[in-house]
Amino acid sequence: MVSITPWEQPVMPKLKRHTIASLLAKGVRIDGRKLEQFRPVDITPGYIERAEGSALVKIGNTMVVAGVKMDLAEPFPDTPNEGILVVNAEFMPIASPYIEPGPPDENAIELARIIDRSLREMRVIPLDKLVIEPGKIVWRIYVDVYVLNHDGNVTDAAMLAAMAALMAARMPGLVKEGDEYKVDRTRYVGLLPVNHRVVSVTISKIENRLVVDPNYEEETIADVRLFIAVSEDGRIAGLQKMGTGALTLAEIDKAINIAINLSKYLLNVLEEKVGKYRAELEKVFAEKKEIVIGGVPHTTSEVVVEGQPVESSVEGVGTVAVENEGGKSREE
Amino acid sequence: MVVSGEKPTLIRKVVRDGKEVLVRHDGRLVDQMRPIRIEVGVLSNADGSALVEYGGTRVIAAVYGPKEAMPKYMSLPDRAILRCRYHMAPFSTAERKTPALTRREVELSKVLREALEPVVLTELFPRAMIDVFVEVIQSDGGTRTAAITAASLALADAGVPLKDLVAGVAVGKVDGVLVLDLDEIEDNYAEADMPVAMAPSLNQVVLLQMNGVLTLEEFHAALQLARKGILEIYRLQKEALRRKYAEVKVEG
Amino acid sequence: MARVYVQHRQVVVPGDLLAEDDGVVVETPTYIERVGKRLYARIIGLVNITTEEKKVRIGIIPLEGVYMPKVGDIVIGVVKDIGITHWEVDIRAPYHAVLTVQEALEHPFNPVTDSLRRYLDVGDYIVAKIIAFDRTRDPLLSIKGKGLGRIVEGAIVEIKPSRVPRVIGKKASMINMLKTETGCEFIVGQNGRILVKCPNRDLEEIAVLALKMIEREAHTSGLTERVREMIRREKARRGA
Repeated sequence: MVSITPWEQPVMPKLKRHTIASLLAKGVRIDGRKLEQFRPVDITPGYIERAEGSALVKIGNTMVVAGVKMDLAEPFPDTPNEGILVVNAEFMPIASPYIEPGPPDENAIELARIIDRSLREMRVIPLDKLVIEPGKIVWRIYVDVYVLNHDGNVTDAAMLAAMAALMAARMPGLVKEGDEYKVDRTRYVGLLPVNHRVVSVTISKIENRLVVDPNYEEETIADVRLFIAVSEDGRIAGLQKMGTGALTLAEIDKAINIAINLSKYLLNVLEEKVGKYRAELEKVFAEKKEIVIGGVPHTTSEVVVEGQPVESSVEGVGTVAVENEGGKSREE
Repeated sequence: MVVSGEKPTLIRKVVRDGKEVLVRHDGRLVDQMRPIRIEVGVLSNADGSALVEYGGTRVIAAVYGPKEAMPKYMSLPDRAILRCRYHMAPFSTAERKTPALTRREVELSKVLREALEPVVLTELFPRAMIDVFVEVIQSDGGTRTAAITAASLALADAGVPLKDLVAGVAVGKVDGVLVLDLDEIEDNYAEADMPVAMAPSLNQVVLLQMNGVLTLEEFHAALQLARKGILEIYRLQKEALRRKYAEVKVEG
Repeated sequence: MARVYVQHRQVVVPGDLLAEDDGVVVETPTYIERVGKRLYARIIGLVNITTEEKKVRIGIIPLEGVYMPKVGDIVIGVVKDIGITHWEVDIRAPYHAVLTVQEALEHPFNPVTDSLRRYLDVGDYIVAKIIAFDRTRDPLLSIKGKGLGRIVEGAIVEIKPSRVPRVIGKKASMINMLKTETGCEFIVGQNGRILVKCPNRDLEEIAVLALKMIEREAHTSGLTERVREMIRREKARRGA
């Protein structure tokens, strides 16, 4: 596998390119937006009921769904005291006439990896809280990001969907049968601990102007994009220059300022749509301790009860995480 | 990259010439790069090639082309396409790496290609194809930046017209301090690792990634530090290219 | 006033600052990058500076690079495939060249009763002329004309196409010297393939040595004299 200059691209009519460029020169976008203005952003948390966590994100016509699934796994040898976070991204063939079915290509792999890094480096998920038995068994958190409709700016939509799905994620129950642990998928026992919020604002350079949230047409003629992940405290949590163009130092400065500024807008939407959803779930767990979703319960098994550590030396699992989350000490 | 276990002290305060300075685990100052060695034209079969070492990191880049695009439909009517591959040898790392291309290598192949596209004058060779292959023979941090440095030299050696050479170096935050040209140990424990590559004469940034967390102020300082290293590497690149022609002159 | 930072015949590499200011005329725009008022080299090559009527003209003669076809160029190609009414020819360019039957044979050709293989087979060397090329289509060749056609004798030497101008030399000085000193006949393809026909094996070897020396030292000055000395030395040693 090699990385090849995209040779199968939609042809952008010169007239349209010219129209977009001349409008940008006046500070207007082809759809009437300002250069630093997002399209309407909408997030639906819990969109996929069967997933532990999920979110559907729409930015204009761009549509991305992310799902969180969890299972148990042996930790990596070099991180015996940490759970596992796996991020995967795919551009679905339903998303655009220019996307072919097949295994994730370099664009999908890059997308997954920049989301993964931005989450990991900020320690958005406290992986040390996902250990069941150090070195033996830990929770593994899968975040699968699916691009359903590609109308530009998939990176920010995907980052937002991944973040929202994690915030909306519930820990399934855990049971111990003899020496073996099993996931009890009939009930949820708490929230996945989420320590931080990270969003991304990708800046595109079109005809020497910096714009945010390009639609598909604009993105087609943008020769360079800078993915900028920003944490809730205004720090830079990840960067990736993408596309065949280059940026000057001054442009990078400007782009980062725009991103830090606009991250507040996305963080607000996130809080409004997903923060509240999470708070509701938290209330339910505080009252009922668990959410039963049916199926055959593990009546014969030893259910790991809230607050009761599996071993005296080990912190408890899902349920303990809820307690920590309740304190919200690491949210700030 | 996050590694568990006891974290070694990577930055110490040392008195040198009566002044207190910060010294790294290998004795370097924070803004000091490892020894850099560059050799051009190391592969006789390639149209252009270069060997680049940043300390213990050693990469070889080869360029084939511009040549006929194969298969024929994989071409563009107005310019050449670039095909890039960044690959690490199984023996290049502490633990054997699978020879198959990993997701990391797929991403870095793309990052490498997109760092070269801004400088390669592909429009001079419509419908053609230029291959740029980089093999990491030994890895000790900073492999992608050594790769881009080597790749641009291999392109120049092949006589592919370039708007400028590209030089790359990583900057990072280690023990709370910004440092230039991280090696593997520093990279493993860094709070942030930011590879940067520039076309210095054009003052353009062609590769920028950041893995970690930085404040805005730290980012600005890091970018300046990277630029300082890049200008030095750029000088060494040109020296290496010229050396190839100077040597013959001596013989003759 | 124009400021020029390089000297005539100096080796430059991509990114080298050549000159500043508007007064400079760029002779080879393909190989020179303009950033504002600054001119930078795009390729490894020799600087060519001429000054006339106070105007500074600057250009770069590349020392590396692939052969790009030009209409009118004489090239030496290898037949690599045969179609029904054309041959595909490798000319060491990023594009394969096409030789149609009309540009090869003097008489009409009937693909039903005749085969192109009878005239030119895969692996045959030809001396050909580029009669059409505009980068959107593959270059077209012709072997109709004096000195063109299938090569039946001699040796082919391959050198870097960028070094061909040096083999010819200023006003053909180098190639004329080679002919006189070796007694060989040279047909220089612009694509870096050179046909050498010599009176004997020793002279052929010397001719090849000379061509390789020119290729290797193309960027140095006083080359014609050094090559002449080498040829004479070799001839004396071999008693050729």
